[in-house]
Amino acid sequence: MRRIVSLILLAVVAVGVALSLSRIPFGTPKTRVGEYYIREGRKETGAVNIVTAVVVNYRGFDTLGEVTVLFTAAVGVGAVLQLFGGKSKYIKRRPASLILRTGCRFLFPLILLVGAYIFIHGHLTPGGGFQGGAVVASAYLLFYLGCRERRISEEATQAVESLSGLVFLVVGVLGLFAGGYFLLNFLPKGDPGSLLSAGVIPVIYIAIGFKVGSELAGIIDKLMEETE
Amino acid sequence: MIFVSILIIFMLAGAISASVFKNLINSVIALALVSLIAAILFYILQAPDVAMAEAAIGTGLTTAIFLITIRRTERTEE
Repeated sequence: MRRIVSLILLAVVAVGVALSLSRIPFGTPKTRVGEYYIREGRKETGAVNIVTAVVVNYRGFDTLGEVTVLFTAAVGVGAVLQLFGGKSKYIKRRPASLILRTGCRFLFPLILLVGAYIFIHGHLTPGGGFQGGAVVASAYLLFYLGCRERRISEEATQAVESLSGLVFLVVGVLGLFAGGYFLLNFLPKGDPGSLLSAGVIPVIYIAIGFKVGSELAGIIDKLMEETE
Repeated sequence: MIFVSILIIFMLAGAISASVFKNLINSVIALALVSLIAAILFYILQAPDVAMAEAAIGTGLTTAIFLITIRRTERTEE
């Protein structure tokens, strides 16, 4: 009985969603603000990648919220594991196989380099702080699988995370002092397409890259800890 | 168009099997398949920024975090 009722409810919800979605004219320009970003974004922000211009410049405050959500999630994982996981201690495990160990040594620096490239060039090529940070964190995942006997220090990840969050906020507040509103792009725009352009966008995206990378690496570190 | 349809069929199959499988490891792998195909579709739809995030977070990190968690809890669903 319950199954039939839930199936009927599911069908009703599906029909409702389908009907409301079918009314939206996909692909046609609906908002003027999108057209404005595409037309003026490059000139106003100096960033060639319009997605980055929107994420960091026009909607920078939302990005601050997004970073805060990620931070809260990392704190939550840490708190849950600390409260209910029992006393944790890192026991020495047997080393990984030769293939994994060698692969880790070769690939770890390369993956770090790719991640750093992605977030440093966020205003020029696709990608940015979140993507680059995730790639950096996946390098640390490989590190934990391949080079198990070593471990990154918890204090270091926390320090990097706090410092990069602070950089983001300080840049925002500097904009408040320089021009009157939070996260104003107060640095010179440079000429679009070169590495040193787009004002504060690369600074903020590098800070986000470090923050996301250290946060996700910290989550992996906490999960990999063996509990007694 | 045919390529995209095949991808979407695989994605649906992955999503359904992720919710049906009793062995949670298989379920997580099916979920990773869904994320991977979503990343490819985002790339085809000319959203490389989202595709990169989906590939790195959805396929890589989420799968790893789920696998570590399953190793520390229970492997099958009753």
